[in-house]
Amino acid sequence: MSRYYTEDHEWVEVDGDIGTVGISEYAQGQLGDIVFVEVPEEGKELTKGDDAAVVESVKAASDVYSPVSGTVIEGNDDLADNPALVNEDPEGDGWFFKLTLSDPDEIDGLMDEAKYAAFVAKL
Amino acid sequence: MSREVHNGPTDDNQARGTDTSGDAEGGEDAIALAQLPLDAWHRARGGRMVPFAGYEMPVQYEGIMAEHLWTRDHAGLFDVSHMGQLLFSGEAFDVALETLLPGEITGLGEGRMRYSLLLAENGGIHDDLMLTRLPAANAFEIEGGAIYMVVNGATKWDDLGVLREFLPDEVVINHLDEQALLALQGPQAVTALERVVPGVSALTFMTAAAFEWQGNPLWISRSGYTGEDGFEISLPGDAAEAFADALTAQPEVKPIGLGARDSLRLEAGLPLYGHDLDLETTPVAADLGFALSKRRREQGGFPGHARIMAERESGPIVKRVGLIVDGRQPVREGAMVLGSEGSEVGKVTSGGFAPSVQKPIAMAYVPLALATPGTRITLAQRGKVHSAEVVAMPFVPHRYVRKG
Repeated sequence: MSRYYTEDHEWVEVDGDIGTVGISEYAQGQLGDIVFVEVPEEGKELTKGDDAAVVESVKAASDVYSPVSGTVIEGNDDLADNPALVNEDPEGDGWFFKLTLSDPDEIDGLMDEAKYAAFVAKL
Repeated sequence: MSREVHNGPTDDNQARGTDTSGDAEGGEDAIALAQLPLDAWHRARGGRMVPFAGYEMPVQYEGIMAEHLWTRDHAGLFDVSHMGQLLFSGEAFDVALETLLPGEITGLGEGRMRYSLLLAENGGIHDDLMLTRLPAANAFEIEGGAIYMVVNGATKWDDLGVLREFLPDEVVINHLDEQALLALQGPQAVTALERVVPGVSALTFMTAAAFEWQGNPLWISRSGYTGEDGFEISLPGDAAEAFADALTAQPEVKPIGLGARDSLRLEAGLPLYGHDLDLETTPVAADLGFALSKRRREQGGFPGHARIMAERESGPIVKRVGLIVDGRQPVREGAMVLGSEGSEVGKVTSGGFAPSVQKPIAMAYVPLALATPGTRITLAQRGKVHSAEVVAMPFVPHRYVRKG
């Protein structure tokens, strides 16, 4: 199990060919209070960089891009009733969706935790 | 993750009606931004500073939701020093102002405030504002009578241009650009402020008077922009930090950013210039008929009088209404109102998630036929259709402390 990050502050936790996607601790802090999340439906085909989800704070709406290509196998239904989960536990219970990776090599272009921490430190 | 759809007062240019996104992180080309007297004070308290109205201002401290709810329950301190504070004096200043504003000014009593509008020739709105007739005892060392006016920060320079152009030379306009302006809002504002400035509890909604604090002259009105009881305090900029410290030392008071200011005013049903009001909207369409006083409606003598009266008679084409949106997703400024044929018949001018209502709410201009409370409305935003219901505003009852 290892976790990778994008420069747009999404994370993907890869376990075999299954990826779990969410937004980072830094991203939730920047967004502030999250009031609505829309996650993709099961079966949706995503190409790396596609709009995959919507996250809305009190102030603004943001698109969440898929960090990798694949087919969605599950969206996090808990976020519909409790979008604040993303603020409380963005890199745990506040995950957005799971997908089957169609091209595992794509993770080579992502940052590992140490690289991402250095990236955020410079922002 | 991108941030691409926004609303709210975080944008330097919005009040000029330019098509930019008000990024809460200030993601636009920063022109030279000015600092307000409390700049360092905000930063020391963890204020997240963003460009707004040509200044750097705090959008939030601990979080918009918590700040919003704190203000509704306790007292919130807002720095609104970016707003324009103007004094009008000299020969027949009040008569002259009535040529540009549709309210009762000559008959306005000392220490009394009015909400008014700076109108354009066609009845469109240059700005919305508050004005007060100053008594002899005022905090501005002005004699012989004057009107004190507070205008929006992003429009103040344009307003000054219009006022200077159309008022006679005998009227003196004084831009009080050394004055700070603070708002203390919420049900416990009176308790906290009375402790710091004894006597303020004698004021009632929409009245103002001069006070003093540690040798500094204060001009305090009982008014605000949240729907709650509260006060606005004008004071010398060099005294602002010490006074803000004295207020936030009270257990009822926390500093509140512009983000919560926007969500509070939206719940209170109060329009925001540059969003819900602009040069394309008239007072009648904006449902601000109360700003047109009876004598002025009958006598006229203000810009756009004929058009505004005709519109009052026949009804405006579109009208500003409140909406409660179904579901949980906010529908924000820029979303379309759809007619039965699916065509665009109106637009959302403000919208967001309302912390005290726990639902998405919005303001929109809709055709008169759809403007009755209870009407179901269809909205479109980013390719998605939403349903909403027209409701009477405010969304949260006003709690002003009126006279007797």
